[in-house]
Amino acid sequence: MRRVWRSLFAITLGACLVSAVYGQTDVQTDDPAPLVEAAGAESEIQPGPVPEPAPEQPGLDALLLQLTEASLGEAAALIPRLEEQGGREVLPLFSAMLANELVFDPETRLLYVRTEAANAMSVRDVFSGEPAAETLNIDSLQRIRLNNRLRVLLRDGIARISLFEGTDRQREAAALNMLSDLNESNLALLREALADEEDGSVRAMIEVGIAMNLLVMQTTQEQRIQAVEVLRGRLENPVRNLLASLQDPSGRNEQDPLVLEAIDEALESIQTRIKFFRFVEELFYGLSLGSVLLLAAIGLAVTFGVMGVINMAHGEMLMLGAYTTYVVQMLMPNFINYSLWVAIPAAFMVAALVGMLIQRFVIRYLNGRPLETLLATFGISLILQQLVRTIFSPLNRLVVSPDWMSGTWQINPVLSFTNNRLYILIFSLMVFFALLMILKKTSLGLQVRAVSQNRNMAKAMGIRTDWVDAMTFGLGSGIAGIAGVALSQLTNVGPNLGQAYIIDSFMVVVFGGVGNLFGTLVGAFTLGISTKFLEPVTGAVLAKIITLVFIILFIQFRPKGLFPQKGRAAE
Amino acid sequence: MKRSLSSLLNTWAEVRRGGNTITVFVAVLFILTVLASFSNLMLPVDSAFHVSTYTITLLGKYLCYAMLALAVDVIWGYCGILSLGHGAFFALGGYAMGMYLMRQIGDRGVYGNAGLPDFMVFLNWDSLPWFWLGMDQFWFAMLMVMVVPGLLAFVFGWLAFRSRVTGVYLSIMTQALTYALMLAFFRNEMGFGGNNGMTDFKELLGFSLSADTTRVSLFMITALLLGIAFVCSQLIMKSRLGRVIVAVRDSEARARFLGYRTENYKVWLFVYSALIAAIAGALYVPQVGIINPGEFSPINSIEVVVWVAVGGRGTLYGAAVGAILVSYAKTRFTALVPESWIFMLGALFVIVTIFLPKGLAGLIRGKAGSEDPGSDPGASDSRGSHRSGATPAESRS
Amino acid sequence: MSSRKMVSQLVRKAGVCLLGLTAFSHMVIAQDTIKVGVLHSLSGTMAISETTLKDTVLMMIDEQNKKGGVLGRQLQAVVVDPASDWPLFAEKTRELLSQEKVDVIFGAWTSVSRKSMLPVLEELNGLLFYPVQYEGEESSKNIFYTGAAPNTQAIPAVDYLMNDLGIERWVLAGTDYVYPRTTNRILEAYLKSHGVADADIMINYTPFSHSDWQSIVAEIQRFGNAGKATAVVSTINGDANVPFYRELANQGVSAQDIPVIAFSVGEEELSGIDTRPLVGHMAAWNYFQSVETPENAEFIQKWHSFIGNTNRVTNDPMEATYIGFNMWVKAVEKAGATDVDAVEQAMIGMETPNLTGGIAVMGKNHHISKPVLIGEIQANGQFEVVWETEGLIEGDAWSDFLDGSKDLEADWTAPIRCGNYNTVTGVCSGQSY
Repeated sequence: MRRVWRSLFAITLGACLVSAVYGQTDVQTDDPAPLVEAAGAESEIQPGPVPEPAPEQPGLDALLLQLTEASLGEAAALIPRLEEQGGREVLPLFSAMLANELVFDPETRLLYVRTEAANAMSVRDVFSGEPAAETLNIDSLQRIRLNNRLRVLLRDGIARISLFEGTDRQREAAALNMLSDLNESNLALLREALADEEDGSVRAMIEVGIAMNLLVMQTTQEQRIQAVEVLRGRLENPVRNLLASLQDPSGRNEQDPLVLEAIDEALESIQTRIKFFRFVEELFYGLSLGSVLLLAAIGLAVTFGVMGVINMAHGEMLMLGAYTTYVVQMLMPNFINYSLWVAIPAAFMVAALVGMLIQRFVIRYLNGRPLETLLATFGISLILQQLVRTIFSPLNRLVVSPDWMSGTWQINPVLSFTNNRLYILIFSLMVFFALLMILKKTSLGLQVRAVSQNRNMAKAMGIRTDWVDAMTFGLGSGIAGIAGVALSQLTNVGPNLGQAYIIDSFMVVVFGGVGNLFGTLVGAFTLGISTKFLEPVTGAVLAKIITLVFIILFIQFRPKGLFPQKGRAAE
Repeated sequence: MKRSLSSLLNTWAEVRRGGNTITVFVAVLFILTVLASFSNLMLPVDSAFHVSTYTITLLGKYLCYAMLALAVDVIWGYCGILSLGHGAFFALGGYAMGMYLMRQIGDRGVYGNAGLPDFMVFLNWDSLPWFWLGMDQFWFAMLMVMVVPGLLAFVFGWLAFRSRVTGVYLSIMTQALTYALMLAFFRNEMGFGGNNGMTDFKELLGFSLSADTTRVSLFMITALLLGIAFVCSQLIMKSRLGRVIVAVRDSEARARFLGYRTENYKVWLFVYSALIAAIAGALYVPQVGIINPGEFSPINSIEVVVWVAVGGRGTLYGAAVGAILVSYAKTRFTALVPESWIFMLGALFVIVTIFLPKGLAGLIRGKAGSEDPGSDPGASDSRGSHRSGATPAESRS
Repeated sequence: MSSRKMVSQLVRKAGVCLLGLTAFSHMVIAQDTIKVGVLHSLSGTMAISETTLKDTVLMMIDEQNKKGGVLGRQLQAVVVDPASDWPLFAEKTRELLSQEKVDVIFGAWTSVSRKSMLPVLEELNGLLFYPVQYEGEESSKNIFYTGAAPNTQAIPAVDYLMNDLGIERWVLAGTDYVYPRTTNRILEAYLKSHGVADADIMINYTPFSHSDWQSIVAEIQRFGNAGKATAVVSTINGDANVPFYRELANQGVSAQDIPVIAFSVGEEELSGIDTRPLVGHMAAWNYFQSVETPENAEFIQKWHSFIGNTNRVTNDPMEATYIGFNMWVKAVEKAGATDVDAVEQAMIGMETPNLTGGIAVMGKNHHISKPVLIGEIQANGQFEVVWETEGLIEGDAWSDFLDGSKDLEADWTAPIRCGNYNTVTGVCSGQSY
């Protein structure tokens, strides 16, 4: 019913806006439907978003007119009045304004929504969504300015409106948003919403809101204790803050000892839960840092661990992977959401190719002279960095995160995992096991292991060691390229990207034990988790120094790392 | 006793007899230094042969670099220990000198606080931290220039060489060491001036640092100490000790089986090398006028290794020549073509390691047809190459 | 024998080469041009930011030459590259002043590079225009500071947050170096003097290029969830910003919940970040590219045609370079010579239009008066000005909120003529000009 009314209203309004300014008012006041509808839905204590009776209605247009002329400060005063006057019908207006898409025609002072998507610009009417008349001069349209204060007001307004409409999640978010604003009108609004609400979690949230309101109002002891009971174990911040302030003699201060006791208990139950979730959160951060280290180091584990080649240009392979992502996104600007799927194989190819070139033209000649290899590849890393600087400029490049990678997985109000970290964690494990399979199950893997254990014997058995070397190096570099795609989602894509990771990657490989992939896995996650648990205690800088010193000392006592290679191949 | 004396005499004779390039090198060094100093102080500014103070300072800096390169060559060229963290000892020496110079400012700092350096006043330190005590005494500061890097080198070397951390592992560990120190010195809580380090020095032992005579003296002292370091290193390398060290480089296991405590030799050589680097650092700071954590950055240490590789390792003079040539090229090319300097530096790494394993010194010697068996790292590398594919730790170079 | 010859020859040649080149650089210095030194890093880590300023100076010189130069003489740029290496800044300064004999230097970005140059500038009596916002606590006879001091950037920004947004709880997050340390100390003292409790201030330092911000952003969020309006004052430097803002976006910290105001993030830094999730976060500067004035439009148009790319942005240090250059030209014309002492005195009180529609004035303390603007990040990578100070604020070399420096005053006019005059003891210490 509401929807029908809205579109009806919008169509008529839209028509008016296009034709003339005067017409608007007439249509609006003449349309009795919204008033009936609204009056039916709201109870009489509603000072909030109720469309006022007919005589007030013209005010909306006056307000809209004012909005086009208002300064930022004046606009902040207009928003609540608009909500008061327009009620639910201002929702499209607010949404458009919040999205920074609200514009007006400086001549007629009429409002439109201007959206820009994929190089096409469309101008529509605010309320109806109808395209604007063609006579409208699009270039002359001026944007309604916006700042943070306005955004907060708009967001709160939208929340109040969507308590009654919108999806389950929106309604829950709306109720959550109202927790931080305790007053009689909100209480009434929540009560009313509760009556209509069917979804369980939304109901629970609304009940929390009602309980909080009751707790601060002049209610009986029993009511308050009951309210505290509702709040027990809730993790929402406003709940915790309210309870804490009730406890605090300098805050709102609850007098009743029984209620206070209940509050103490409730707070304690909340704190215990929070402590647990904090631990889970820190563990996740550690795993996530570990996964980044693993990705950065795993390619090195192949070239250094298996082949014994020190590749100081390893970091630049990460960088190439990240730049490949950038180029792929440049080539397919309209398909950003799929770009990573293209970028992963592309980055693998690019990095593997460069890696093989390096192997064929430089490293091959330095076979068995690891320290010289170290120097030569360091030179190559300088060249690659400067090359990227010359081609792409020294500025950081913009790599966009696809929609599916952004956002969080909210488990509860105090625990959430960011999607990109989660995906990268999974991705790093996938890459790790894929590599393990290649080395264990394929004939290339067999040959690689054979060459690494005894080059001459392998040669005698007819293995083309040259070719195997090139392939192994390509594989290690290619994996680094893939890691670069993942890193491009977390950090700068610039010429220094590789430098930031090279020392860490060497540490991981050496710590885990050269020549042992599992060692790299364990090493990466151990370092990641320990750093993250150290960080809150010591600060980020000291945590890093402590980790480094720890590894230096560790290597003195176990020179072969956590999982040393055993057998004759190691000697 | 008698024996060692005679062996020392023998060595000295060898140094003189063997057509030794070091003698020539040191002689040339002294002549040039004296000439440059003379022309700076004595000749009028508009004379065509006047050497400006700018040039003197620049040359002084190069000589400090040469000394650092010499330090790296001693352990890399002769003992096969590739340190990617020698910048750490250089910088520590520099910091000790910097602390002394900082205290010499006294109440002439901007806040006029005689008890605290400026950066401490403005980061709200109440009193001088304990490790700054005594740094206003020149002798104590100079002692610290030696003691701190020496001790660090000893502890690190003792731990590493005893547990037989070798080859690439050691290189990576030294790199981690200098990286950790860099991060630590960047921290303002450390009390070393954080990112800004120390600067705006006024005087050294009462001599104004901006006076030409002070600058020339510093330059001459640097040249003198470089010369001494050369002669000492040469003496060590030509002695019995030096032969053991070369043996350790060529086959540590064999040397060990012959009864030598190879780790002891390595530790002391490592400490010796760190001391040279530290002295170079201490001389560097008053000449360039600033010391900050950037000196610890791993890339600086790697650059030093390249100087040595370019000049030719295992020759001592090659390291110095490499340091001066590459630094000079850097000064010139970053001015002429800043964008392509990095390309050139990178290419230099690759070309030298592949085509010139013995550096410029090897090139010259190769043409002249004279071979010195004591310093021929390239050949020993290729001999040992067949087995070493599997485990980098076992390879030596 | 032959080896000895070869080596000695080589060494001798190298020596001769060195001496020769020095002699060479002494040769003819053109009489009829005014030499302008440009000392910005063109390679190394700071090249990202500084290359733009080098181009700005070249553009200004080009333009001035088209107008007939200064005092009827053409300007000649001498560009050198200190390669983001701090000791090299001192060396190159010496080279510019004693070898190239330049009349003025435009250069430096980081504080440490300026600190490295300062003793040389004072020894050889050079002149430097320093165009970047910095922590203050310095005033040299030989340096003019055309960027912001803390009181022309940080303090007005905090005022805005406190008064207009009602912020009560503060996170001061910065990279661990001098600028954030000093700025945060000043802000801490300032906030406390406005009744903010200790528990409502959280200070956090991270290393350069810090890339894993998960725990810190989570901590900021927890800190901000205490029921009071919270803001982050960020002095996070350069490379660390991209992962920081990404983490903010991913953890869903919106500008409406916990706004971040940055002092080191400008248009150029934003060009490497997807700003759509960051709309509404803020920056405080003295200039934004989006400011609509005729001067700015002209400047942007000139910049685009000079650099040949209409996508290049302009930023605050560029404006500071613009102001500094114009002031220097005027001062030279007023003094009638390029002599450093004369120009230095002519500079004081010099006025020149800035790009945001006001007039910049050079103060007696060698700092400049500027307007402070607050911009909110937009989806297109630009800022929209949402607030600005009424009129200009005079840059203050010595902060009034630090114990060590509140009694200090910089005044380069007679009779004080001192960069750090202690008003209590009447002593002027540490001058070496």
